[in-house]
Amino acid sequence: MKEAVAVLADQQESVSKKKMSIILYSGTVDKLTAAAILATGAAAMDMQVNIFLTFWGLLAHKKGAWQDPGQQKLSAEFAEYAPVMMEALQAGKVKPWIELVREAKELGDVNVYACGMTMDLFGLRLEDLEDIVSGVQGVTGFMAEAQDSSVTLFI
Amino acid sequence: MTQFVIHREIDARGSACPGPLMELIRALKAAEKGQVVAVISSDQGSKVDIPEWVAKAGHALLATEDAGGATRFVVQKAR
Repeated sequence: MKEAVAVLADQQESVSKKKMSIILYSGTVDKLTAAAILATGAAAMDMQVNIFLTFWGLLAHKKGAWQDPGQQKLSAEFAEYAPVMMEALQAGKVKPWIELVREAKELGDVNVYACGMTMDLFGLRLEDLEDIVSGVQGVTGFMAEAQDSSVTLFI
Repeated sequence: MTQFVIHREIDARGSACPGPLMELIRALKAAEKGQVVAVISSDQGSKVDIPEWVAKAGHALLATEDAGGATRFVVQKAR
């Protein structure tokens, strides 16, 4: 009985939690960092966070890509700020986005899903991705979570 | 100025948002209920973010002090 009560309390907690859903389409360091900071803030404020990685956002999550200078890009329209951004990262003022997501996951309820369609398109499997990715999802599965989110973002 | 027994103080100056808040959360997690933790932040967003989080998390913000261009937040773990 005690256990049943605990389970019920858990369920109620997850039902009452506000949600944020992010569609992470971009694979540039600036946008990945923005998404990671938003996820951390939401997790700190006790929101459930669901991140759906698609296209370039997913490719950026290939194992080791985040630390490969050849694969670290800044959004083209802000290219002139690349040196400032890279300097801030190197000085440790801003943590690498992948570490921010790890911290967010430790802090709260943060789920990172890979888009199944993009996985097929690039011939990727879950084991090709960084371990912060929890699983593979289709767009409908993601929408099931997104439709009752109070914050939804396309980045 | 009221004095508190600070269990742990973290100097998070130079760390960008949400770094200082993350440091505070980590320190409070490791602390015992009733203990007081201080964090110094030079991130401008902290002035709003840290009090907001402390209220949401149900802890007690004992003091917000100027620390020469930075802000020192004194927080008691309340639960």
